Amino acid sequence: MRLKVVIIIIGLIFLSVGAFAQKSTQSKSKLMLNGKKVYDMYCQACHQADGNGVPRLNPPLAGTVYVTGSKTRLIDIVLNGLTDPLEINGEEYNNPMAAHSFLTDQQIADVLTYIRNSFGNKAGVVTTAEVKKQRAKK
Amino acid sequence: MQKIILVVAMLMVLNIVVAQPKQQVPIQLPTGFSSKIVANDLGRVRHIAVNSNGDLYMKLDRLVNGKGIYRLRDKNNDGVMEDTLAFGNYTGTGIAINNGYLYATSDQTIYRYKLDANQNIVNPDQPEIVVDGLINKRQHASKSITFDKEGNLYVNIGAPSNVCQEQDRQKGSPGLTPCPILENAGGIWQFSTTKTNQTLNDGVRYATGMRNALGIDWNNEVNDLYVTIHGRDMLYQYFPEMYDQKRGAELPSETFYRVKKGDDCGWPYIHWDHFQNKKILNPEYGGDGKKEGAPNAISPLVGFPGHMAPNALLIYSGNQFPAKYKHGAFIAFHGSWNRTPEPQEGFYVVFVPMKDGVPTGKWEVFADGFSGMTPVTNLSAAKHRPTGLAQGEDGSIYVSDDKAGYVWKISYNK
Ligand code: HEC
Repeated sequence: MRLKVVIIIIGLIFLSVGAFAQKSTQSKSKLMLNGKKVYDMYCQACHQADGNGVPRLNPPLAGTVYVTGSKTRLIDIVLNGLTDPLEINGEEYNNPMAAHSFLTDQQIADVLTYIRNSFGNKAGVVTTAEVKKQRAKK
Repeated sequence: MQKIILVVAMLMVLNIVVAQPKQQVPIQLPTGFSSKIVANDLGRVRHIAVNSNGDLYMKLDRLVNGKGIYRLRDKNNDGVMEDTLAFGNYTGTGIAINNGYLYATSDQTIYRYKLDANQNIVNPDQPEIVVDGLINKRQHASKSITFDKEGNLYVNIGAPSNVCQEQDRQKGSPGLTPCPILENAGGIWQFSTTKTNQTLNDGVRYATGMRNALGIDWNNEVNDLYVTIHGRDMLYQYFPEMYDQKRGAELPSETFYRVKKGDDCGWPYIHWDHFQNKKILNPEYGGDGKKEGAPNAISPLVGFPGHMAPNALLIYSGNQFPAKYKHGAFIAFHGSWNRTPEPQEGFYVVFVPMKDGVPTGKWEVFADGFSGMTPVTNLSAAKHRPTGLAQGEDGSIYVSDDKAGYVWKISYNK
């Protein structure tokens, strides 16, 4: 029993060291580059290249609590889309936000890392594991 | 050398001083025309109307000091509209004057206010409800209005959808045939103005197959309805294998139609393609960029470059402008957003010469420069966005802006 626990702990340490190593090789700038690719294709039309959105229609991604706040809520927005109006910095926006569940876990992690660290935003990365976990909850 | 530095430094100081007063973008017009700002800083000024006595009415899509309609009046006839009246506690887009009433719309209700002999509003706090309960699902919810000579009211009920997919704006979601939205939206409805408290069922679906006919005007020369329609979004983003970035920016056309009772403009099944001059089947309905569709739908009079957002239409009936403008169409383009990453386009007022109800030549840009920059790469940077048009009794025209809440009066000076 004891041995098993020790093995598991060692295993976990190994795994996390592995993840660390992976993270530093697959550096943040790479994540950002990949994220920008996804953004340009699937988000930019509505939220615009500068992340400031379109008045009355599509909200900004610059400096909103939805982008820099809870990661699970953010992942859900991309997976499920939105139809009920959100109040974003005191304004409401009239377009619907389509579900983007057709994107892979990797693409979603990349694009969310990108928007959380662009347009003046500074927030933590989103990992594929976090996206996978949210998708499984559906 | 020192002199040069001094001059440069002085110029910089000058520049800063000059740049201090409120930024006004120069509006470019054809020779002989001039523009004047008659209203500013009223926020989201959508459609506008000018009464026979010169009063300017503006419908606001965001309340300013709790009010959604502003009237400006030149009380002492000095050319400056110094007198302001604000009323109406609802937001919206449509506004028009007809037969002794001011009509104004929220996104679900058409109201009207009686005007007395002096053109004052009899009861600004108690409008009559002409039609109530129109579909309002936020997307394409603006209700623009016009009237025919008999006094019938026409209202645009935009489709709350991009192309009537099972899941709106979802990549890969198929289009619905028949599209159920068309039963109570996606067209123009006609209502009588002799009755109040009507609902959709009291009206007649006058024409269908329109995604969002935000520009709407009656052409008194030929006694027909004319509209401008916003075309669909996302051809490139959802079908890059058929529409590359450039084609997706140019297509589909924004369209200008002459509409008779019973006409169908083809949405959501087709879009107009002004390169091929055809009704092209939308990919959500099996299209490949070439296949045609909706054989019974009418074709537009003009197909404009994509996504420029024709927010208002005015058929010119005045005598002030040179003869070529009579019976022609002015169209206010709000300016695009989903041409990204290509530069945005629009932000101007276009003129289409017409006679006997049909175009007689190519369209041209009439008033330009509203965005205050070229190119516009990010929409939120644009200074102004043309949204409403109106004609004054003297034949001048007015252009409104829902970005900074400006209204320009454009006149011809001979
Ligand atoms: C069709 C236009 C459209 C596209 C494409 C789109 N969005 Fe949105 N997005 C919206 C709208 C509209 C809202 C607000 C919806 C509401 O209030 O109900 C929104 C809301 C959001 C929000 C939360 C509100 C905020 O501003 O912080 C986030 C985060 C977001 N979108 C991210 C994305 C990402 C990432 C993509 C690309 C994967 C994307 N969007 C693609 C239109 C779009």
